[in-house]
Amino acid sequence: MSEMIAFDKVSKRFGDTVVLDDFSFTLNRGDKVAIIGPSGSGKSTLLRIIMALDGIDNGKVSLNGEPLWHASAGKNLIVPSRKHLHRMRSLVGMVFQNFNLFPNLTALGNVATAPHLVLGLSRRDAEARGRALLEQVGLGDKLDQYPATLSGGQQQRVAIARAMALEPKIMLFDEATSALDPERVGEVLEVMRVLADERDLTIVVVTHQIGVARAIADRICFMENGKILEQGAPAALLDAPQNDRTRAFLRAVHLS
Amino acid sequence: MTLDFSWSFAAQISPALARGAGVAFIAAIGGFFVALLVGAVLAGLQRSKRWWLALTGRWLMELLRSTPLLIQVYFLFFVLPGWGIVLEPVTTGVVALGLYHGAYVAEAYRAVLDNLPAGQWDAAHSLRFSRYHAYRYLMLPQMVLPLTPALGNTFITMLKDTPILAAVSVPELMFAANDVGAQSFRYVEPITLAALAYLFMSGVAALVVWLLRNWIKGRYQ
Repeated sequence: MSEMIAFDKVSKRFGDTVVLDDFSFTLNRGDKVAIIGPSGSGKSTLLRIIMALDGIDNGKVSLNGEPLWHASAGKNLIVPSRKHLHRMRSLVGMVFQNFNLFPNLTALGNVATAPHLVLGLSRRDAEARGRALLEQVGLGDKLDQYPATLSGGQQQRVAIARAMALEPKIMLFDEATSALDPERVGEVLEVMRVLADERDLTIVVVTHQIGVARAIADRICFMENGKILEQGAPAALLDAPQNDRTRAFLRAVHLS
Repeated sequence: MTLDFSWSFAAQISPALARGAGVAFIAAIGGFFVALLVGAVLAGLQRSKRWWLALTGRWLMELLRSTPLLIQVYFLFFVLPGWGIVLEPVTTGVVALGLYHGAYVAEAYRAVLDNLPAGQWDAAHSLRFSRYHAYRYLMLPQMVLPLTPALGNTFITMLKDTPILAAVSVPELMFAANDVGAQSFRYVEPITLAALAYLFMSGVAALVVWLLRNWIKGRYQ
């Protein structure tokens, strides 16, 4: 089975707001997809559902051929057991807009704690893994620094190393470069690209920065009101969009 | 009416008052640690997913907060022996202060816990931390700094509540000051000295909180 992520007619509401509307979507192993669209269009929720931070109201979500969420109309969501949730989450790593580093741990502590506690690596092995990852993201000299002393770009690179330390097959980037100063976006983007290529990751990037989508993705989806309105190769979608809504969005983004 | 302050009398009674201050301090410190524990239990109960545990926690907290400390002291000292539980006066004081203030400490825990950024839990879940590990290594360490102001206040309030323990014959500071006054008919010196002793102990507590805060802040930067 090469289908890494499959959404089958998924609906998700928050109160009266429809976040995902009969949403279907498939990603194969190694796919690199960027999802663009106006805020409130359901992009971040999509990622939170894959990370199992949010459930769904209707439909089915599978990762690597195994069901994660399954709900049908009129019935409650089937909540996966803690064990199953744990196993499904082991496939996925997530990087957040606001980094969400643990402020009480050093850069190395942020990266090495989960491998030690969750994977059961010895402290020494976990730290060796953390050190190697931090060196790879260019922070080999910041191991013992606390997040508060790092720049935004550095914090986000620690966060990427932290997620990678559990060796996920799928990486989710939720507006990972949106909180950064423009001149810092490049350093994070570079790290994302290098890691993606060398580990054959399946990647979903949610962003409203067109440059980021273009740099990472081999497919771009334009999403609005809980639906994908258009998708295609970056050049096709960004330079010759077919849908009026896509055109309007791209025009607005380029103007801003 | 004489308000002349006799230094020699003050010097003469200060050992007795110092002993009282020592007892007050021990009762407050002991009570403080009991309150930290009681608060954790009450806050933990209220966060339980089992509704009856959560309700019990809530109810216990309301009970402890809504009855006077003096009644709780009397209950421990005069009612419990009827059920075969006999506590020494100072132990009674420590337990009573700990229970009463533990209810407020639980609220402080709850407020600080609720104010941790939701993103911290998202990150913890995405990295598959168990609930226990998340609290132990991520959330609790982050709670210490925002808790220090409330806990410092709690300690000082507890210290100032120790005179209530005189009701069950704990020989604390006000008990000692009263004793001196009753025997010598001089109140200026014992009361003044007692006030200064409370001020001093509160000052020390505030200093400790300040040092702790600076130490933590320095560590993470």
